[in-house]
Amino acid sequence: MTAYLIRRALYALPLLLGVNVLTFVLFFVVNSPDDMARMHLGQKHVTQEAIDLWKHERGYDLPKLWNAGAEGTAKLTETIFFQKSVGLFLFRFGRSDSGRDIGADIAQRAWPSLAFAVPALIFGLLVHITLAVGLVFFRLTYLEFWGVALCVALLSISSLFYIIGGQYLMGKLLLLVPISGYDGGWNAVKFLILPVIISVVAGTGSGVRWYRTLFLEEVERDYVRTARAKGLSETRALFTHVLRNALIPILTGVVVILPSLFIGSLITESFFAIPGLGSYTIDAIAQQDFAIVRAMVFLGSALYILGLVLTDISYTLADPRVRLN
Amino acid sequence: MLTLFWTDALFLLLLAMLGGLIWHSRRHEHLRRPWRKVARSRSAMVSAVILLAYLFIAVLDSIHFLPPDGEGGVRYKTEPVSVLDWFLTPLRTRVEKTYSAPLAVQGYAKENLRLADGSSRWDYPRLEFGGAHLKDPARGWLRDVLRTGFKGAAGGLGLGVILCFGTVFLIARVRELPVSLVGGEVLSGQSEVPWRAILGTVVVLCIVGGVLGELALKYHVFGTDKVGEDVLYQALKSIRTGILIGTLTTFVTLPLSLLLGILAGYFRGWVDDLIQYLYTTLNSIPGVLLIAAVILLTQVYMAKHEEEFASLALRADLRLLFLCLILGITSWTGLCRLLRAETLKLREMEYVQAARALGVRQGTILLRHILPNVFHIVLISVALDFSSLVLAEAVLSYVNIGVDPTTDSWGNMINSARLEMAREPPVWWSLTAAFVFMFALVLAANLFADAVRDAFDPRRAD
Amino acid sequence: MSTGSNQLGLYLTLFAALGLAGCEGPLNSPYPAADAERNILYSSFSERPKHLDPARAYSSDESLILGQIYEPLLQYHYLKRPYVLEPATAEALPEIRYLDAGGRVLPPGTPDSAIAYSEYDFRLKRGIRFQPHPAFARGVGGEYLYHHLGPEQLARIQTLADFSETGTRELTAEDYAYQIKRLLHPALHSPIAELMKEHIVGFKALGDTLERDYFAAPKGQFFDLRRYALEGVQVPDPHRLVIRLNGKYPQFRFWLAMSFFAPMPWEADAFYAQPGLIEKNITLDWYPVGSGPYMLAENNPNRRMVLERNPYFHEDRYPAEGDPEDAPAGLLADAGRLLPLVDRVVMVLEKETIPYWNKFLQGYYDYSGIASDNFDQAVQVGSSGSPELTPEMLEKGIRLETSVAASDYYLGFNLRDPVVGGLDEAHCKLRQALSIAMDYEEFIAIFMNGRGVPAQGVLPPGIYGYREGEKGINPYVYDWVDGAPRRKSIETARRLLAEAGYPNGVDAVTGKPLVLYLDLSTHGADDKPLLAWYRKQLEKLGVQLVFRATDYNQFQQKMAAGNAQIYQWGWNADYPDPENFFFLLYGRNAKVPNGGENTSNYVSEEFDRLFERMRNLDDGPERLAVIDALQEKVRHDAPWIFGLHPKGFSLHHAWYGNLKPNLMANNKLKYLKIDARQRAARRAEWNRPVWWPLLAGLALLLAAVVPAYRSYRHRLRAAAL
Repeated sequence: MTAYLIRRALYALPLLLGVNVLTFVLFFVVNSPDDMARMHLGQKHVTQEAIDLWKHERGYDLPKLWNAGAEGTAKLTETIFFQKSVGLFLFRFGRSDSGRDIGADIAQRAWPSLAFAVPALIFGLLVHITLAVGLVFFRLTYLEFWGVALCVALLSISSLFYIIGGQYLMGKLLLLVPISGYDGGWNAVKFLILPVIISVVAGTGSGVRWYRTLFLEEVERDYVRTARAKGLSETRALFTHVLRNALIPILTGVVVILPSLFIGSLITESFFAIPGLGSYTIDAIAQQDFAIVRAMVFLGSALYILGLVLTDISYTLADPRVRLN
Repeated sequence: MLTLFWTDALFLLLLAMLGGLIWHSRRHEHLRRPWRKVARSRSAMVSAVILLAYLFIAVLDSIHFLPPDGEGGVRYKTEPVSVLDWFLTPLRTRVEKTYSAPLAVQGYAKENLRLADGSSRWDYPRLEFGGAHLKDPARGWLRDVLRTGFKGAAGGLGLGVILCFGTVFLIARVRELPVSLVGGEVLSGQSEVPWRAILGTVVVLCIVGGVLGELALKYHVFGTDKVGEDVLYQALKSIRTGILIGTLTTFVTLPLSLLLGILAGYFRGWVDDLIQYLYTTLNSIPGVLLIAAVILLTQVYMAKHEEEFASLALRADLRLLFLCLILGITSWTGLCRLLRAETLKLREMEYVQAARALGVRQGTILLRHILPNVFHIVLISVALDFSSLVLAEAVLSYVNIGVDPTTDSWGNMINSARLEMAREPPVWWSLTAAFVFMFALVLAANLFADAVRDAFDPRRAD
Repeated sequence: MSTGSNQLGLYLTLFAALGLAGCEGPLNSPYPAADAERNILYSSFSERPKHLDPARAYSSDESLILGQIYEPLLQYHYLKRPYVLEPATAEALPEIRYLDAGGRVLPPGTPDSAIAYSEYDFRLKRGIRFQPHPAFARGVGGEYLYHHLGPEQLARIQTLADFSETGTRELTAEDYAYQIKRLLHPALHSPIAELMKEHIVGFKALGDTLERDYFAAPKGQFFDLRRYALEGVQVPDPHRLVIRLNGKYPQFRFWLAMSFFAPMPWEADAFYAQPGLIEKNITLDWYPVGSGPYMLAENNPNRRMVLERNPYFHEDRYPAEGDPEDAPAGLLADAGRLLPLVDRVVMVLEKETIPYWNKFLQGYYDYSGIASDNFDQAVQVGSSGSPELTPEMLEKGIRLETSVAASDYYLGFNLRDPVVGGLDEAHCKLRQALSIAMDYEEFIAIFMNGRGVPAQGVLPPGIYGYREGEKGINPYVYDWVDGAPRRKSIETARRLLAEAGYPNGVDAVTGKPLVLYLDLSTHGADDKPLLAWYRKQLEKLGVQLVFRATDYNQFQQKMAAGNAQIYQWGWNADYPDPENFFFLLYGRNAKVPNGGENTSNYVSEEFDRLFERMRNLDDGPERLAVIDALQEKVRHDAPWIFGLHPKGFSLHHAWYGNLKPNLMANNKLKYLKIDARQRAARRAEWNRPVWWPLLAGLALLLAAVVPAYRSYRHRLRAAAL
């Protein structure tokens, strides 16, 4: 087990390196350091000296990939790429182009992201699985047909409509929740109700359909038929056999996305003014703060890879037939 | 004078390839069988009719030309228009001053009107075009709308019925049966292909088209936006953007995922490792950030090569193309993984083993034995991806990394509608129009994709 | 699905529980219920401020916060118009002396050319103290407690509030001198450092020294500016400050009312220079230290900023005199009261206009600007043509304030461009024709809901030299008809265009249509209507307009390289003086090659000569005549299509008092007052939750499930048989 984990961790290194190279190429081709400097120094009274100084302080005045002017290994290390990438591997994100410490900002903003993403995930699972079980329970009635039709309809609606509509209905017409905003501690609850409900509703179409397929597959299995033939009631068969066995793929599916919950939800966060990492990223894109974007890309990739490893592990825990080797 | 944009050309090329594919599969029984299964599904065929209608509009909107500039016809205007624009010229040119509600004859907001006698009054202004033919809108409006709508419906119905008869007649000719027999079969809904549902949809579409068309000649059916442009026109123009994003992406996904997926699965070893590394790396980068970077890159490229992109339309077009490409780059990995897994399975099959033992060249094996047998996966995946790509466009436009702001697209419409909902009374029509048009397309695409999956997925065959 | 409805039931109970928990206040209140009746002002900011260091901050968002915390020597009188400066921390307005090259004082009336230096002599009020701050905290032995933080001390610190001890000290002239030197600090990049190098004596020399020494100094340590002397800034005693400038620069007094010239205690700089704090984002750029009415109590730029009353704030009273109309308007009711009137100011980050506006209507913000999209709901144009509130707003007790901003929004021509540039008559006529075609009256009506005034020249109303009426119109674009300016007809524009060599928009020589390029930075879909409108305007002349839209960076770069043709630009006045507008066209400020603010690269000898004369004159008939000549020159040459001056509309609730729009002052919050009782009552009245649609939805769902359950039972029974 330990050996396996170490091997996976080592395997992650080249992946992260690849991510780093790719983002570096993209971002530094897009934007020359001069552009960044001008952006961050503001609009009025900016001179070339100020720009050069800004670049010098942030290490953007080095060559990009290869420093021909330096000696020995410094040819490689005295470059923007090397200087800006090594820190990332140690999760030291450095300072954003606007001068704030990125690590501190991420630590602060991860909590609101989680405060939204975790309830959204849990309630989503609960509601979607319940509804899917309901559909399977009522199969061959008109409820199944209309339920499935409703799911297809729901998943054909853009998530933006759910957000705009939900905000308009609950916040403006019914006056039940604050329209947007966030607060620390338990005060956050009233701000999170609406986004969580919307995210659950928006995910209903695809979620219910997906779980329903899983359950249906299981329902058709021989052991369920046997159980039913032996006189087990439909309800018992569904809840003791089908649900339990179908939970394995569901749970492993959840494990993959667990780490990425930290990254937050881009659209929901910025619509509801939740100061999490999603809106942090959106703002960074809008302000072209590439130090932040690069840090977020790296963090996102690292968490994704973590998710892959966790999935492997959870498979072994959930299904004794699978061995890690 | 015909001037095709890049996306036009690629889109038409894609359609030609699709046509070729259909022609090819017509002659192979094993390829026809699943399609026949699709054709038997009522929901799939209704969806197909709707999809074809959308596709038709998109094709019309993808043939651009320079209209002759008035007198003489020798000189051309510099901004190209599409065939659809040409058809919709009244909609395109009848621009009001600002917002107006659907079918309205008055503006959305009161303003200071200067009367003939020099005094001024604070009231709703009459629209310049919407309902301009009415002398007394207070009394004649409803009657006129109903009458016009009815006229359009009747025309549409007529056209629809003619089409139905024509189709029945054609079926009868092909199957060499008497027309009355075929007609009876279709009417009673007993034909193998659900012709009754198909023709019913056609009739409904014709009626809707007729009503919209008649009303649009006199009114703004979906109202006007902030600068008075007809919302119906924008929604129709957005069809092309949506369809293009959903289809052109395959130009990137298919070659990449087919080639890499099959190679990885077939050769295994270091090739497999390399390709897996490649797609895991790409997959682990959050897609939005990658798209943001590439869109910024296009902007820079265009800014540096200004003279080549003189017209706004050309820039918007290039941005659309790049968006399709980058969406393709972020979405090929899923299909690639599926193909790799399938190829791993296939290469152990007896007939592949046999071919290898007989010394058939690797390339031939890949082309003749592997490729045809993974094609159903490709088809299912493309069909399923289409709707999510159309939806993705809207979200990306919200983050301002979608299509060019000057391109008509549902995402852009929704994006600006966000602000309009806060007005009092809310300007709901842009949002509604985008919702209706987008919903119909995505729903149809989803239903059709489901049918395709059911028909082609061997696990679901029964 | 029966279980599904249980789920919904759960939500409902959750809602109900919350409703009970928060029964003192409305359900949708974004604030804690306990704060409902406190003397708190609620406002918002739309973008997180980039800098809160007074040497760096230059945007209006930032000065909204900084203006309340830092106190410069001078301030604008809150009520009097035109804007006048009054002393803030100074005892009186400065004594100004003019000196010759030898440093001898010159008698009044000496010609400008003889003036080598001017001296501003300030005396400071006594007894002013800084806000409580850990940087001042001292132990029993007088040593600073927190200037050398150890690792275990740092481990306990997350925000500034985690320091247990604070201290204060008296404000001295040395603090002002220190801040002026900070403008040169190589790591701070103060936006006005370059500008001040021209004016303050010895400023440039000190800048060079600092540049050299700073980079030679060890990193991560406090770089002490007290070791350096600045020739032009002297502190003869702790309460006296003398600033010496090169030549005559009357506009300098306006700079002295800005945060750039606020006092900065060296202790703060030393405290914040510790690397351990910088890692925690505790820097001077985020945690200001001032002597003003408020101090920053909570600093979370991702969510909200909270200003708390500074307990050590010096005696400062509400003004007792104002304009004649102020007393009837109730603006003098609080005359003589101690400032600030509000205990706490909560500023919430609000990026989107929709939630912002809705929260304002629900009573959760005390005042609001009006976005174009909310305008019709709030304001109608009355029978007299002036804006009035809609009945709906009046019913809520909302009030409206309007004022024309000291800003220009214009379309500039790049005069270096071969097509639209050039100062010969033909090119001037081309630009005049385009100026006529751009119908800004329509622009204001469509995009700004009438919230703007078409510009007749460079100067906006309210700035010295602006003229009302017939004398003030731009005769190349407008005619004076029936007592109002009327835009010249499009035929006039076509004729001018033909005279410029483009009859009907076609180049008379080559026969090709005239295609012009508009450069702008786009903000997304919202710009689309605007672009369509621009194009429509030039189509009236048969001229085609192509957009070169790029992101802001690229746009800036294009401007810097002089590659734009026509561009969209705006200018907000730094201070209420015509010099601050005309300098945008001064030849020596040309963007290419000087990198100045003259983005049109307009270089005219005659203009430059007039400008140089105007800027040193005191207000009076002579200056007015020169300004008129300048206006005539730019109107003829038309380096800009003058565009418009935006009109600020702001709405405030009935419980919000003492508001008078003041475009120059940035320390306005201390004058405002709030009636919190009334506010709490109104909020409760406006925000009664509506429950029935939820209950109805639930009932509907149940109704759908029951028959299915019945048919399920039926099937079971059938199977059992």
